[in-house]
Amino acid sequence: MIHSLFLVNASGDIFLEKHWKSVVSRSVCDYFFEALERATEPENVPPVIPTPHHFLINVLRHRIYFVAVIQSEVPPLFVIEFLHRVVDTFQDYFGVCSEAAIKDNVVVVYELLEEMLDNGFPLATESNILKELIKPPTILRTVVNTITGSTNVGEQLPTGQLSVVPWRRTGVKYTNNEAYFDVVEEIDAIIDKSGSTITAEIQGVIDACVKLTGMPDLTLSFMVNLDISSELNFACCFARQCTVTPVTTVFFSLVAIPVYVKHNISFREGSSQGRFELTLGPKQTMGKAVESVLVSSQLPRGVLNANLSPSQGTYTFDPVTKLLSWDVGKINPQKLPSLKGSVSLQTGASKPDENPTINIQFKIQQLAISGLKVNRLDMYGEKYKPFKGIKYMTKAGKFQVRT
Amino acid sequence: MLNHCFLCRNEDLKEMLESSKESLKLEAMKRIVGLIAKGKNASELFPAVVKNVASKNIELKKLVYVYLVRYAEEQQDLALLSISTFQRALKDPNQLIRASALRVLSSIRVPIIVPIMMLSIKEASTDLSPYVRKTAAHAIQKLYSLDPDQKEHLIEVIEKLLKDKSTLVAGSVVMAFEEVCPDRIDLIHKNYRKLCNLLVDVEEWGQVVIIHMLTRYARTQFVSPWREDAVFDENSEKAFYDSEEERRVDQSKPYIMDPDHRLLLRNTKPLLQSRNTAVVMAVSQLYWHLAPKHELSIITKSLVRLLRSHREVQYIVLQNIATMSIQRKGMFEPFMKSFYVRSTDATHIKTLKLEILTNLANEANISTILREFQTYVKSQDKAFAAATIQAIGRCATNISEVTDTCLNGLVLLLSNRDETVVAESVVVIKKLLQTQPSQHSDIIKHMAKLFDNITVSMARASILWLMGEYCEHVPKIAPDVLRKMAKTFTSEEDIVKLQTVNLAAKLYLTNSKQTKLLTQYILNLGKYDQSYDIRDRTRFIRQLIVPNEKSGALSKYARRILMAPKPAPVLQSAFKDRDRFQLGTLSHSLNSQANGYLELSDWPAVAPDQSVRIVEVVEPAGAPVFGKSKPGKSDEKFYSDSEEEEEEEEEGSSSEDSSTLACLSEENSDDSNKSSSSQSDSEKKKKTLKNKKLQQQKPDSKDSHDLALFLSQLHSFFLNQFLASSPVFVPETSRELLHRMTGKGLSAQYRFTRQPCIYGNSMVSLQLTLSNSSDQALENIHISEKSSTGRDIHRFNASERLEPQASVTVSMGVDFNDSTQAANFQLCTKEDEFSVSIQPAVGELLLPITMSEADFTKEQSKLVGMNESSATITMTPENVSSQSVNRKVVSVANLGVIPSSQENIHRFAGKTVSSGCLVLVSVALKDPDAVITINTENTVMASMLLRQFKTALTNSGP
Repeated sequence: MIHSLFLVNASGDIFLEKHWKSVVSRSVCDYFFEALERATEPENVPPVIPTPHHFLINVLRHRIYFVAVIQSEVPPLFVIEFLHRVVDTFQDYFGVCSEAAIKDNVVVVYELLEEMLDNGFPLATESNILKELIKPPTILRTVVNTITGSTNVGEQLPTGQLSVVPWRRTGVKYTNNEAYFDVVEEIDAIIDKSGSTITAEIQGVIDACVKLTGMPDLTLSFMVNLDISSELNFACCFARQCTVTPVTTVFFSLVAIPVYVKHNISFREGSSQGRFELTLGPKQTMGKAVESVLVSSQLPRGVLNANLSPSQGTYTFDPVTKLLSWDVGKINPQKLPSLKGSVSLQTGASKPDENPTINIQFKIQQLAISGLKVNRLDMYGEKYKPFKGIKYMTKAGKFQVRT
Repeated sequence: MLNHCFLCRNEDLKEMLESSKESLKLEAMKRIVGLIAKGKNASELFPAVVKNVASKNIELKKLVYVYLVRYAEEQQDLALLSISTFQRALKDPNQLIRASALRVLSSIRVPIIVPIMMLSIKEASTDLSPYVRKTAAHAIQKLYSLDPDQKEHLIEVIEKLLKDKSTLVAGSVVMAFEEVCPDRIDLIHKNYRKLCNLLVDVEEWGQVVIIHMLTRYARTQFVSPWREDAVFDENSEKAFYDSEEERRVDQSKPYIMDPDHRLLLRNTKPLLQSRNTAVVMAVSQLYWHLAPKHELSIITKSLVRLLRSHREVQYIVLQNIATMSIQRKGMFEPFMKSFYVRSTDATHIKTLKLEILTNLANEANISTILREFQTYVKSQDKAFAAATIQAIGRCATNISEVTDTCLNGLVLLLSNRDETVVAESVVVIKKLLQTQPSQHSDIIKHMAKLFDNITVSMARASILWLMGEYCEHVPKIAPDVLRKMAKTFTSEEDIVKLQTVNLAAKLYLTNSKQTKLLTQYILNLGKYDQSYDIRDRTRFIRQLIVPNEKSGALSKYARRILMAPKPAPVLQSAFKDRDRFQLGTLSHSLNSQANGYLELSDWPAVAPDQSVRIVEVVEPAGAPVFGKSKPGKSDEKFYSDSEEEEEEEEEGSSSEDSSTLACLSEENSDDSNKSSSSQSDSEKKKKTLKNKKLQQQKPDSKDSHDLALFLSQLHSFFLNQFLASSPVFVPETSRELLHRMTGKGLSAQYRFTRQPCIYGNSMVSLQLTLSNSSDQALENIHISEKSSTGRDIHRFNASERLEPQASVTVSMGVDFNDSTQAANFQLCTKEDEFSVSIQPAVGELLLPITMSEADFTKEQSKLVGMNESSATITMTPENVSSQSVNRKVVSVANLGVIPSSQENIHRFAGKTVSSGCLVLVSVALKDPDAVITINTENTVMASMLLRQFKTALTNSGP
């Protein structure tokens, strides 16, 4: 399956390599670099690259390319999913997954990769199990290890490895038995020029932080207040150490859009100036405040500079990448935030064909926009009474406004 | 200098490794691993490192392992020093240590240790810890890649591990199977149901591998569910458990899915909810390749859900959706909006989404899609805009209603400022115009005007081609364009030059007055061009169009050759032919066959023997028979004498059985016939005798027939306590059913499989091999329905087509009703009918059972008197050994061997297939004689059996 792994940083240097079978020369990455050169954006590198003798499957996370070398037929998603799992594990262990963190912890990285794959086939990918085999580095442990000479490596087979619930250790005990749930919903939407919704979808995740002793069975019941045209689809899965994280996907055909944008962006033929006006306002928020609003837009290539004035918050414009971003903060319904001014175009350049798309990010606390409510949590199988808590939040996912 | 430094550093690492301090050694190893990670060579430290392989410090040891696996291949001799340490560790009480020792040992790619590896793998495969067994499964692949000659031995280990019931092992061993012997489908049969049932609990990576393997398996074992008349039963639970009636499918009945096929679909469905995207994709492709078409919709939503995942995941999923959406638009149409492009998507994601939207386009949604496309055309990503124009072109050709709208839209784009957009539009317009040129001469004129401003060669060439092709529609403009081209000819690209030559030739033929000189000028330019192609083309055209002495015949046809109406190009998806690859595979993703890709076979026309998947379950053999007894028949004469007899017979056997029987008789006593009950009273004394008579009587009267039937049912119930066992010996020899001469090319052979028949409990299962030795394909081979009188026959599914020299094996069941009379039936092809008959040997009418020796003697003691027949024979010396007696007996009759405590007495037990009578055989050796005793109620059978045993045991030879 997976033959070798190369980690490549943004500037195109291989800074780590690991082989599970015979060594594959790092020159195989030349094909990857070729593809990298051809791609206009870092994201545009195709995930699967064929070479005469190998196949390179790569993922890009945290500005690091994880390039896996494959020699024969394998489901590509298998490799991609695994590589993402590697990144998640690194993040879990080192807090961040950056080139520096990986270089600093190269021994732990190596030990992890050794445990995660055997002969290129995944062996232990559950972070719960890995943490028993290889303890995450902490300052305290490093100090203790140097003094006592003890090691970071476990000597016993983790109990989870043999059970059918690998994400749960056996015999877990907590002093405070508590269960917290965050219902987080994300709205993906495309809004067209005139303000009408082209497509909108809500995906919800129920993040659970459950610290309960023993092996209780939990039942979470929901109150759903939906119209007929909506559909609810649950996909449950489990992950993360001692906690259980079921993920919920919700598809809605009718989605309440909580913000609106009034825009007036125009470039005139022959003139080197363009008008730029944006106004944001809340809509269908059920009385909750829209917070942490961030507007970003990729302005056309012909734009030289922007001279704008925001009524609140700050804005930046990067003349190289042409990226405009405006940190609005909280929307005050009485005084709507706006960004007005002019943009200057390259002299002689023709008027851009298309107005830029506006991406919006926001958060609404204490609101699940789909109307989903957690009704109750029942626990069976254990005797104590747990402390329960629930929090709702709505966020923007890929929220785009075409202008 | 650098090199020198490096050496210095290595020196101090060596010192550190040789020091006595553990912490220094560990520090050194960490630095060495750092070197390896950076891809630097640290092989010269091998001797110093390998010494630490037996270290007590587990972290140090692990790091040494890492080093060893990396460099052992280069330092084979030194690596051997470490082997003994691993061999010792393989015996360690700690399973983690045993497992990691095996992992490292098998990862050292040194050919010398192959025998040691083989031994360790074999040992580990029987380890008590499933984790160690999992490691063994991984090691199989490693050893195989090191030494493919070990294949046969490794297959044995795989076979053993496939039987493993641990979920931990399942995924890994299937992986090994796929790598080492993917063609040995036969190893899967017996484990198929187990794998299906374990699947949910297997770890996620194993699930992916198993699902892919099972997809391949199912395509070889089940018939296609994609039939028009198919009837489906979502919950064919019933079919699965009491298969008897369900399986007795007539050919006239519609398709019914094999319960095993359904089992697979049912057990994979919940995995669509997995968090692992690879698992979701694997299940989706399984459904795509195996499920009936109308059940496909459940995978749609799961796949759309995956689009929220990482960019790379989206890429693969979209590719697969693109392939699916070509064949089945309806599946994804409701989710069309999920494929709308966002400006933040990567280019390859955008193009894939575009592809899918184009595939989904139909009359109903085309206006929405075109509106969406309009925004894409304006995109700043020009490559994407160009792809959108192509997509519009495809929509326009596929949906005739919008062709004009699209064309107008594209013409508007011709005035776009961006060159790539214009060029792409020209190319697409050219393709569109070919479908209906006459109405669009104004568009051609418009393009001729644009010609001067267009610099992209492909677009220029397209316009020139259009001019030439439709020069009759634009008689004034075309020569002018040619004139312009004559001026710039030398500075054009090759593709434009070729089209110029073409245009010149076509104009010469249609309008030679105006263009003769221009054409000659261009042909002269072309003659001295640098490119071979253009010189070649010029020469060809000149010979074709300019009449001279030599060219004679061909130039007459020049007009017809050059001006022939050309078919419009078919604009089709790039994913059109991707479905030749299994979805979700690397090969599908790349659209070219990757190394190690396993072809998905077509559905077989006739399902292979289903019974191969039946696992011998330890459960009472007769139970289903009794459950299926037909009360309508037995009620009438229920309260008969025989009933009570049975009860008496029961005495001494387990009390549980008799009490059940008693219950039964009570239950039915209401319906019982008064007269028969009184009759039974009167005859009570002679009951045993009467019973025997009944058994021997021909079933001439209905009463006695029913009685016998009921008796037999009771018997099978009675036999519950004895376990059915698998046959001890299955003869390989097959007998001829139909000779190829009489069968006009069709020949048939049959063989008794000695397995319990899946079609009915009273049937004997047969395997038929049909071969076609003629030189034409034979069609519709089946057993005629009207002809099979006298015997209940379960026909095999008609074999639709048998190619010349091909053969097919089918299974059928025949109820011989415990008699050796032949079963006659007609074997038919499309044209002919052939009468054939199968006469079973008496030994084939039995099924083996096992029981303890005590039970055997107990049962034997009940079947005495007329129920016992015996003979004394003189054994040939070579037959005296117990093996040879066993072998001879079981080859004659399908009996189970009863373990015997006495060396000179051999015991065998079986039951008749139809009525389920006990047949007990014992052979007592009294040198040089032997006494064969057969105890059974079926005395006819007993005497026949006896005769056969006599011949078998007195004959020497095998």
